[in-house]
Amino acid sequence: MLNYLIRRLGYGALILIGVNLFTFFLFFSVNTPDDMARLNIGGKRVTQDQIEKWKTERGYDKPVYWDAKEQGAAKLTHTIVWERSVSLFALDFGRSDSQNAVDIGHEIKTRMGVSLQLAVPIFILQVFASTAFALLLVFFRHSRIDFWGVVLCVVMLSISSLFYIIVGQVFFSRMLHLVPISGYEGGLTAVKFLVLPMILSLISRLGTEARLYRAMFLEEIGKDYVRTARAKGLGEAVVLFRHVLKNAAIPIITSAGSYLPYVFLGSLVFESFFGIPGLGAFVIDAITGQDFAIVRSMVFLGAVLYIASNVLIDLTYTWADPRVRLT
Amino acid sequence: MTPKLVLLWTDVVLYAMLLLLAWYAWRVRVNPNLRANWARVARDPAALCAGIVLALFALVTLVDSVHFRRALVPSADAPAGSATFYATSTESLLDTVLARQVQMRESGYSEPLAYLGFNMQALERNGKPVRDFPRLAFGGAHLASPADWAGDVRLRAFTGLAAGAAVALLATLLVAWLNRAQHGGVTGALKDISIDRTHVPLRAALVTVAVVCVLVGPLVALMGHYHVFGTDRTGNDVLYQALKSVRTAFVIGTLATMATLPLAMVLGVLAGYFKGWVDEVIQYLYTTLTSVPNVLLIAACVLMVQVFLDKHPEMFETGAERSDLKMFLLCVILGLTGWATLCRLIRGETLKLRELDFVQAATAFGVSHARIMARHIMPNVMHLVLITTVLSFSDLILYEAVLTYVGVGVDPSMNSFGGMINLARSEMSRDPVVWWSFIAAFGFMVALVLAANLFADGVRDAFDPRARSLRPSVLARRVAGPSA
Repeated sequence: MLNYLIRRLGYGALILIGVNLFTFFLFFSVNTPDDMARLNIGGKRVTQDQIEKWKTERGYDKPVYWDAKEQGAAKLTHTIVWERSVSLFALDFGRSDSQNAVDIGHEIKTRMGVSLQLAVPIFILQVFASTAFALLLVFFRHSRIDFWGVVLCVVMLSISSLFYIIVGQVFFSRMLHLVPISGYEGGLTAVKFLVLPMILSLISRLGTEARLYRAMFLEEIGKDYVRTARAKGLGEAVVLFRHVLKNAAIPIITSAGSYLPYVFLGSLVFESFFGIPGLGAFVIDAITGQDFAIVRSMVFLGAVLYIASNVLIDLTYTWADPRVRLT
Repeated sequence: MTPKLVLLWTDVVLYAMLLLLAWYAWRVRVNPNLRANWARVARDPAALCAGIVLALFALVTLVDSVHFRRALVPSADAPAGSATFYATSTESLLDTVLARQVQMRESGYSEPLAYLGFNMQALERNGKPVRDFPRLAFGGAHLASPADWAGDVRLRAFTGLAAGAAVALLATLLVAWLNRAQHGGVTGALKDISIDRTHVPLRAALVTVAVVCVLVGPLVALMGHYHVFGTDRTGNDVLYQALKSVRTAFVIGTLATMATLPLAMVLGVLAGYFKGWVDEVIQYLYTTLTSVPNVLLIAACVLMVQVFLDKHPEMFETGAERSDLKMFLLCVILGLTGWATLCRLIRGETLKLRELDFVQAATAFGVSHARIMARHIMPNVMHLVLITTVLSFSDLILYEAVLTYVGVGVDPSMNSFGGMINLARSEMSRDPVVWWSFIAAFGFMVALVLAANLFADGVRDAFDPRARSLRPSVLARRVAGPSA
């Protein structure tokens, strides 16, 4: 187990280096620090002095990949890539490129909590609701309920989540005045801001997930142990809940787990639509404001979370299925 | 004055894809295996109907993919033989077909089929200033008095409906006539179609055709004199925008998947065939790629493309060319960031295939690695490629809307469903609500995505025997039945 963890984390570090190099190459090959300075200072006439000053302030005043002027190892270390990478690996994200230069690490810390408030309940309810709906369809398989249930799933998954959001906002907030349209407050009042995005997020993903889970359950239901269970005289409900559900847990964990990084990063669209100041809204603001430092940090953070959640999924396998051994 | 043909990037690729499709159709004709599988798709009613709808959308896309720039009339004092100049705007064949819609530009919002503007304006009537809804410049402009409006709309809609019904009837008769040999004459064929006793589910297909005709008929009859789906903030016809958006969605759906194929296929087969360090490197590559949340990765790439385009204004002559190049690059980005899933599937399949007898035999005969991969492994993973391609088509159309909302989708100047939804968001919060853009985008997009999904399901069921057992049985009867 320990062996496995060490190996996985080592591989994870390797991948992070790859992601890091890739993003740096992507950002700096098209966009030199001079361009960034010009973009962020703004205005028509930008003097070279202003550019140099901006670069020194923000720490972009070094060569990007390779410093020929230095000696020995400093050729590599006295560069933007090296300095930024080292600080990223220490989870020190620095400041954003834009005029107000917010502390990215601080923003992430405060916004992460908000994102989790929204995403964790969604995640749990999602797995629960999709499993329940899929089990219902499987219980009534080869019947009209199953048929129309699948039709409903296909129709639901053909509708863009943006439509659900817009219709939901108009219907529940503007027409029925049940919840505020958007915004956020800390503490217990947060519930009234979060409940609508939660419901809409559930609905928008139900079609895809439920259909997937239904396929997984049906796959299991043809297996020998199910026939044995039926032969023992167990009722259909017991077969489904006690036997099939347990065995279908592994693919369900895999599918739900792939969504885990987004739990932490927040659902981009939902947060921005409902004005919830989480990480998702942070990313969208950074993209519209062309703040590359934030985008870079979030790419890195996303990769870290992806690797962590993969390890987490593997650990959950051992819990769901004792036959799985991690070596 | 011959117009100058303009070949946009996406046009070229779409034509290339058409050629590819023709080649594939020929392959299907000669290959009995493929033919059997496609026949199975055709026998699936849902897939057949969806295919018809998709084909219609594809037709719109193709008509919208022939671009040209009109030649300008030379001024009178220009010397003879001087070079002709071309308009700065790029038009497509669809624009020419819908010239009336482009020309019918109002000054602001108007409701579907309206003859009055949506917002009150200060008008002068009998010399006195009044605040009232102004008559539209084009919508219902032919009406002598507003009292005729309801009757006129009804008459036109009914005429269109009748014409649509007539076309549907003709189509039915034509199909019956084509099938007269197998069903004992035209009446026999009609009877068999009506009780759904045909080899291919013709009844379902004809119902689809009829529904489309009945919907399109009134639309065509009305759109010359009214804005059937209203107008947007700047007075542009919403129906026209929706039709233009179809091409954007189609291009993104097809092109972005196509862009994933080269990398996914080559790397997937290489990794599975050679194993060892090649496999390790390729696995490392795609794990690295998938470990970044997709939206972020695409956003990062698109931001860079934007910077690149801003720095190189010499790469395009007109605004349309710029936004087209941007869309093309967006598809390339979607392709370069999205090949991991298919690559993983192909790698797994290749790992299995390379141990099979026919590959062993080829190796024993001394066939080269490259030839084994090209001749023996590639054809056997093609079904995975096909299934993934059709499945991801609808996902990408949905994805486009989200990306455009995030601000990294297609150019705002380009008509797209994402852009329409984005605008609709603020329109829906107006009072009174401007709902028609939203409904139009919703209707067209759901029709397209639903058709794509149903078609994809049909293809998957036909090509992947394992998926067939998962169909709800009411649907499965015809497809699975041995005599079908």
